[in-house]
Amino acid sequence: MNDAAWETLSNQAVAVSGLVYFLAFIAHLWQWASLRKVPVGRTAKVAVGAGVGAVRSRRSTVERNGGWDEDEVEAAGGEDAVRRVAMGERLGVLLTVIAVAVHGVGLVSRGLAADPNRVPWGNMYEFTMSGSFFVGLTYLVLLRKFRLAWLGPIVTGFIVTVLMVDVIWLYTPVAPLTEALNSPWLVIHVVSAVIATAAFTLGGFTSVLYLLKERAERKAAERVTAGAGEPGEPVEAKGYLARVPDLVGLDRLTYRLHAFAFPVWTFAVLITGPIWAHEAWSRYWNWDPKEVWAFITWVVYAAYLHARATAGFKGRNAALLALVGLATLWFNFIGINFFSSSSMHSYAAPASSTVVVEGAPPVAIDLPPRA
Amino acid sequence: MRDEPVFTDQTDDADRPTDAPTDAPAIDPGAAPTTGPGSGRPERRSGELTFVEMLRWTWRQLTSMRTALVLLLLVALAAIPGSVIPQSGVDAFAVGQWQDRHPNLTPLYERLGLFSVYDSPWFSAIYLLLMVSLVGCILPRLRVYARAVRAKPPKAPRNLSRLPDHAAYRTEGDLDALRAEAARVLRKRRYRIIEEPVGEERGGAAVVRAERGYLREAGNLVFHLSVLVVLVGFAMGSLFGYQGGVITLVGGGFSNNLSQYDDFDPGSLWSADDMEPFAFTIDSFDIDWYRSGPAFGQARGFAAQLTYVEDAYEGTEEKPYELKVNHPLSIGSTDVFLIGHGYAPVITVRNAENEVAYSGPTIFLPTDTTFRSFGVVKVPDGLDTQVGLSGEFYPTYAFDPDRGPYSVIGEAQDPRMSLTVSTGDLGMDTGAPQSVYALDDSGLELALDDEGNPFRLDLEPGETLDLPDGLGTVSYDGLQRWNRVQISETPGKLVALSGVVLALLGLLGSLFIRPRRVWVRVRPWPADGLAGGAGGPGDDVAGAGPVLVEIGVLDRSTGAGGGDEELAGILEQLRGPDADAHGSENEISGATATDPAADTSEKEKS
Ligand code: HEM
Repeated sequence: MNDAAWETLSNQAVAVSGLVYFLAFIAHLWQWASLRKVPVGRTAKVAVGAGVGAVRSRRSTVERNGGWDEDEVEAAGGEDAVRRVAMGERLGVLLTVIAVAVHGVGLVSRGLAADPNRVPWGNMYEFTMSGSFFVGLTYLVLLRKFRLAWLGPIVTGFIVTVLMVDVIWLYTPVAPLTEALNSPWLVIHVVSAVIATAAFTLGGFTSVLYLLKERAERKAAERVTAGAGEPGEPVEAKGYLARVPDLVGLDRLTYRLHAFAFPVWTFAVLITGPIWAHEAWSRYWNWDPKEVWAFITWVVYAAYLHARATAGFKGRNAALLALVGLATLWFNFIGINFFSSSSMHSYAAPASSTVVVEGAPPVAIDLPPRA
Repeated sequence: MRDEPVFTDQTDDADRPTDAPTDAPAIDPGAAPTTGPGSGRPERRSGELTFVEMLRWTWRQLTSMRTALVLLLLVALAAIPGSVIPQSGVDAFAVGQWQDRHPNLTPLYERLGLFSVYDSPWFSAIYLLLMVSLVGCILPRLRVYARAVRAKPPKAPRNLSRLPDHAAYRTEGDLDALRAEAARVLRKRRYRIIEEPVGEERGGAAVVRAERGYLREAGNLVFHLSVLVVLVGFAMGSLFGYQGGVITLVGGGFSNNLSQYDDFDPGSLWSADDMEPFAFTIDSFDIDWYRSGPAFGQARGFAAQLTYVEDAYEGTEEKPYELKVNHPLSIGSTDVFLIGHGYAPVITVRNAENEVAYSGPTIFLPTDTTFRSFGVVKVPDGLDTQVGLSGEFYPTYAFDPDRGPYSVIGEAQDPRMSLTVSTGDLGMDTGAPQSVYALDDSGLELALDDEGNPFRLDLEPGETLDLPDGLGTVSYDGLQRWNRVQISETPGKLVALSGVVLALLGLLGSLFIRPRRVWVRVRPWPADGLAGGAGGPGDDVAGAGPVLVEIGVLDRSTGAGGGDEELAGILEQLRGPDADAHGSENEISGATATDPAADTSEKEKS
């Protein structure tokens, strides 16, 4: 295949994967819609993914029952509804697997379309494409271990949106890398940054869910104290929120995602980044805006990890901090490119503004001429 | 015996939710109890603090976890302005431009240090406070840890079912044999073990005390200490290092001393004596341009062929080196980087008598990716008046009625120049430093043509044109190239690198090693059901009856959870893989089961 054919394949694969993500999204919505009538008993959570770290024996119990207790089966309108829900979930996951695979094809062929072949992360379009790919992949990898299927609608919905934005606004034809990007560190540095970004993003989702659920439970508790609810009514959130893991589970899952992402991020921005910067720009740390924001992100996430261990900051405040961290992360990824003209990370600019070629600082102008 | 203080720690823990930090004293030295006031000291009214107590209070506040958290967030916040406002250490040129645009804000910003945020007093204050807090936090933890590493796994809490993760089951067999089996399982799971045979604890129980994950705290300490190491490495670089840049013509040379640099930025403790005495010449420079395709006009790669000597005074051996982007030349502790390139047209200015007043390759600085470049020629002497030429160079010239002249690509396929002429006073005699790359036009007057437009000299290679007013001529004699080379010495970069690598390793330990305590208590099935607890009368000591095995797991990581998984794993190993199929959820998770009797009775059903 020639380069043009690879490029076409890549574009088509991205389009197809977007479509399949969308179908997966629909399947999950269908699943959740079918669940609407089912009252939320304590064990019902198990049906759509139990608390994190469900022990093996618990899982086997659940699997034997299809995850439902008898009351639930009845309340859901019989075996049919139960099957619908299970099928919705299975279909959603299956479609997500296909979508991620096709997405991967799009990514690989993008790299093969370039001459010389290269990793498919050389500009914003490609970063966004690989970032969303890793969000999907990370989700799938963790799906079984953490029983994450309840995150399905959010993950697929998110990726569809991101891919759409990417294709519509960020599309750039395949081009060779600029000279400064042409380094093995590109592979290591960017791939680790993108993986960390993906895991932080998933952690952001669970933080949001934590905050929503915490609020809903607080509201429900207030209703009960105000005498509105029946005494003895479980103090719980309703709808989707009721079926995501409980607060302890969400908090733990959030922590685990961050505990994975944080060292990877450390590796990306505080080890490989500086090594590469040293080779390319002669300074391993130059307080370039991208570097500054990567550092800010790092510090905020360090604060998040601290917050979880600090009385008075646990739970809600920690989740908020995780979201602040995510905001700085995304701002760095997207915002800085439009915001700052002085960044040497010039890949995002169409025809680079850093003109003195590959980001050389302009010559200082206030020195006496050389003899 | 069971009232030994060792217990307090665990009973405490058992009351907390799973995600609570389970070892408050070790984690938060600020919260550690200190000798209370009043004991044996002179009477004081409450609320009154002595100076020493004040100090101690301040210190405790400063080294508390909460303060660390706030300081971390402050560092993040304080770093923001530097990413928005141009920084003189990063881009002095941009700072100048910004200041020109905001004359009113400039003095204020300057006072606040906003043009060099990262070495401003307030930024330093924040991170130094953080470092003090860090040290204050680590030292006591080191001491605590040193003790904890040698400590034996603590005594079993009286009531294992109060632990967040616990299970109990009924079995049969010899108590000590069961105990030994539990110890074997736990040892295989890499626990440190203390066994208490029957008779040591009241009630005729045999107990296994187990603990693992000691390295977690070590990892955490290594991580925090490494942060200090990184800072030291970083400081070494900014204090003792330097960075400078020079534009060198291809064919020209450079030797490493201060006078040769175009710009130079030394650290505050840097000394010129430390400069590595190397020298190099740029023999040739090659660019591989894309001549078609989507990257048309972009450079595929460029490289300068150098010849260098490591010690110009000693006249050491000459060595070749291919200098490329991402491929610096290291000489001793100094690194040489190729970071830019451009064109230097050879320009000769002659006076009316045809005597040369200026001649040589003149560096033009690129202003965009097509290498459209800007440059000036200053002719202070030799003509009737001082003359300044300024204008643009186009490597591949093209003209568009709307855009005017432009360059198609960076490769010099049709290199032309377009210069304007200014006459008057170049301002070079005032002694004030002046840029080589710009004209100071305060004393200059732009020469105009007959129609009142600026007088232009549009030159092709080899061409000679007349200056206005019979001042002389300008010729474009040829084209040379220049390279911009960055030279830096950054001591401490390996210190900083080892610091981060160490920090990462420590971090991994800190995040993924799960410190846990496990207790297994094996005792005869109590006659009065399960109400009695461990201290109950143990009438059935002698062997063969039914046996109650209780297991309690305490997960001591900060909320990573997983105590339930550990418990399930231990159970599986103790009872064999199919046993757990009978296990009821409540029994195993223990999270909802507060009444052990309920557990076991459910167990009985299965
Ligand atoms: C430069 C400043 C600091 C940075 C970047 C930093 C970073 C971190 C990180 C990333 C963790 C997570 C590792 C883990 O959860 O085990 C952590 C944990 C911890 N840090 Fe810091 N820290 C800093 C300063 C401090 C200070 C000043 C204190 C003292 C109050 C402190 C006390 C702790 C403690 C006790 C933990 C363990 C928390 C836990 O059990 O999870 N740190 N720190």
